[in-house]
Amino acid sequence: MSFQIIEQATKYDVCIVGSGAGGGMAAKILSEKGFKIALVEAGPDFDPANPEQRTQLRWPYESPRRGAGTQRPFGDFDMAYGGWNIDGEPYTRESGTNFDWFRSRMVGGRTNHWGRISLRFGPLDFKRKDYDGKGDNWPIGYEDVRPYYDKVDKLIGVFGTKENIPNEPDGYFLPPPKPRLHEMYFKKGAEKAGIPMIPSRLSILTKRVNKKRQACFYCNQCARSCTVYGDFSSSSVLVKPAKDSGNVDLFVNAMVREVTTDKNGNATGVHYIDKTNLKDYKIKARVVILAASACSSARILLNSKSSVHPNGLANSSDVVGRYLHDSTGSSRMAFLPSLMDRKRYNEDGVGGMHLYTPWWLNDQKNLGFTRGYHIEYWGGMGMPSYGFGFNMEALNGSVPGRNREKKKAGGYGLSFMDDVKRFYGSTLGMSGRGESIPRRDNRCSIDDNTLDKYGIPVLKFNYEWSDEEVKQAAHMQDTFEEIIDSMGGVALGEKPGKDSNYGLENPGRIIHEVGTTRMGNDAKSSVLNKYNQAHDVPNLFVMDGGAFVSQADKNPTWTILALAWRASDYLADELKKGRI
Amino acid sequence: MNRRDSLKSLFVGGLGSSLLLSCKLDEASEVAELTEIREKEFDYGRTPEEKEHDEELMSKDFYTEEEMAAILVLSDIIIPGEGDYPPVSKTEGYPEFIEFITKDIPSHKIPMRGGLRWLENESYKRNDKKFVDLSDEQRLAIIEDIAYPEEVKPEFSQGAVFFSRMRNLAATGYFTSKQGIDYLGYMGNRPNAWDGVPQDVLKKHGLEYDEKILTQSLKPEERNDIQDWSNYVL
Repeated sequence: MSFQIIEQATKYDVCIVGSGAGGGMAAKILSEKGFKIALVEAGPDFDPANPEQRTQLRWPYESPRRGAGTQRPFGDFDMAYGGWNIDGEPYTRESGTNFDWFRSRMVGGRTNHWGRISLRFGPLDFKRKDYDGKGDNWPIGYEDVRPYYDKVDKLIGVFGTKENIPNEPDGYFLPPPKPRLHEMYFKKGAEKAGIPMIPSRLSILTKRVNKKRQACFYCNQCARSCTVYGDFSSSSVLVKPAKDSGNVDLFVNAMVREVTTDKNGNATGVHYIDKTNLKDYKIKARVVILAASACSSARILLNSKSSVHPNGLANSSDVVGRYLHDSTGSSRMAFLPSLMDRKRYNEDGVGGMHLYTPWWLNDQKNLGFTRGYHIEYWGGMGMPSYGFGFNMEALNGSVPGRNREKKKAGGYGLSFMDDVKRFYGSTLGMSGRGESIPRRDNRCSIDDNTLDKYGIPVLKFNYEWSDEEVKQAAHMQDTFEEIIDSMGGVALGEKPGKDSNYGLENPGRIIHEVGTTRMGNDAKSSVLNKYNQAHDVPNLFVMDGGAFVSQADKNPTWTILALAWRASDYLADELKKGRI
Repeated sequence: MNRRDSLKSLFVGGLGSSLLLSCKLDEASEVAELTEIREKEFDYGRTPEEKEHDEELMSKDFYTEEEMAAILVLSDIIIPGEGDYPPVSKTEGYPEFIEFITKDIPSHKIPMRGGLRWLENESYKRNDKKFVDLSDEQRLAIIEDIAYPEEVKPEFSQGAVFFSRMRNLAATGYFTSKQGIDYLGYMGNRPNAWDGVPQDVLKKHGLEYDEKILTQSLKPEERNDIQDWSNYVL
């Protein structure tokens, strides 16, 4: 076959790979400063307002599988094109280890379906090593990022409340929605057990922040991406205005193979494969920003080999791909008898919990583990979907029927239909999301023996939890039972024990993976400097979660956004001064 | 209906109070242009690959007519309907759902087919007839032996496992249908303005919003205002 690489005619100031939180933010900030941008996305174009793509406000019966998760892992209406496995784009694992990798291939990436939990890292979160001697400190502190958190809050919008909790910095908050009924029960139970619950902090517009976006209309479906832009998705809130600036060319279905370099090893642009015709293309740019997600960006760097960079681009430290870490996660379900036979009303609320528990034991030294977790809660009279009504036999034999007599578990007919109604809205649950400690050996590297369907070598993962994370999960499970007991609930199922690592999910499952191109002051032990710029290649930046040194128990998106804005300001300045 | 009208109907349709959304939709015309609502059968925002997958599943049959007839009879025993609410087999799209989901989640295939065989075998053993040809009384005699998994006799264990699966599918098929959702009383999936748990409900549960919650929380009448940060102190 004849092989040809087609060169795009325009030379850009900046080529950005990936259109999620980091890439979207870089595109918005840099395009508004007048730079000519090529924004490259591996999936199709996406706009939640496009009626062809909309799933918001659809009913379960509009799906032939009634919303089941066989095509989209979080249900048929979830707005993520992709999932844990993508046809023709495999990844492998070192034997005996686990890592599950979730990818969204679409403009906006995973921000189209994420939980909108928008937490700032606190002062402690940037300097954990100073407190427990483990992992590493960030080269920056809270005060460096704080002005950008402020700007992100105001640009994008996040609701919450000022609480003055030391490591949970307050922000520019829109007013929160009032708690739902089960959340009031949770609050009562948790506080009785000495565990705080405060309004959650979600990037959902309870009030408007500009004229282009409507306020939330409380359908609970943020995971479907909002047609009136009432929540944050990079596609609608960042990429769209960036395109409107006239300075952005968007390349979709473009799978980047490598960053191209000149003989001095500086970046010259990217080489991608157009998924629709499988042809190879080159984009030239003065600066390349990778924001393809922590693992995808690491993969591109490791695949960008040359005689100047034989070990992969920006990898003289051998740190690219290392220190990969995800949040810990463990969950428990419960049944609350007081919530049987509920009065019906619309309690959809926002897409997510109205209250949550921030980590409350920073002062405790004797827990057996050193990093914290927050607790997320769910429950309520939600919209039925595939799986609704399953396993009633686990519940309906446990409480007396309407005639006060004990029923036999299972059953059929009118009395079974009545049971489904009676128990509706009485089951609830909670999940811990905790900080893990980054380790050099937890990594992704290139598996030269396995290629994706575009001929690009794929990632091989090697990741194991340590005792720290396992003990943290055990603590979560004890806490869950404490809360369930004090709220008068009944814990469902067996309490996960040692044999299951206390319900600790596989690494990757919480989809907060970060750390693969971490920042630092020492070029020998880090990939990026404190402005997300590669130590080895001054005109190369990484603006996704890869830059994280540690991830706190906070969901990473708000920090990705703040750091990408900060790095874009720095980059613009360097370009103007002619230093890049 | 033009785009703006359809968006308006999307909002106004579900609202108790027109005050809450006022007429901001007209003022923010650029937003009103954002979407329109179109309803077509199974036009639910699929990617081309997903559409192809759905169509492929729909093009094949798994159950025989005989099997589907038995499934529908069983399903109506589980969900017989009540008053104006039809039995599950008569809710829109139920047989199609059962057929589709069995192919979509292939782990249903063997247990469903095997369970139906168990059921026919049991019907012949007891009455020398197919399950669908039994009298109501004869059918219920079998069902009573398999419907309560915690006290099922050892000789009916396979039937009980099958019945639990059938009960799951019938229940989920019903409560995800238009009629089933109405029967259940789910009142959401429409634009509205959340202003907390109704007072009478809070009271019945012995709970109340404290002063802090009431002061901090959103005032629904302010929800269309653009946030002004000038007096915000951080």
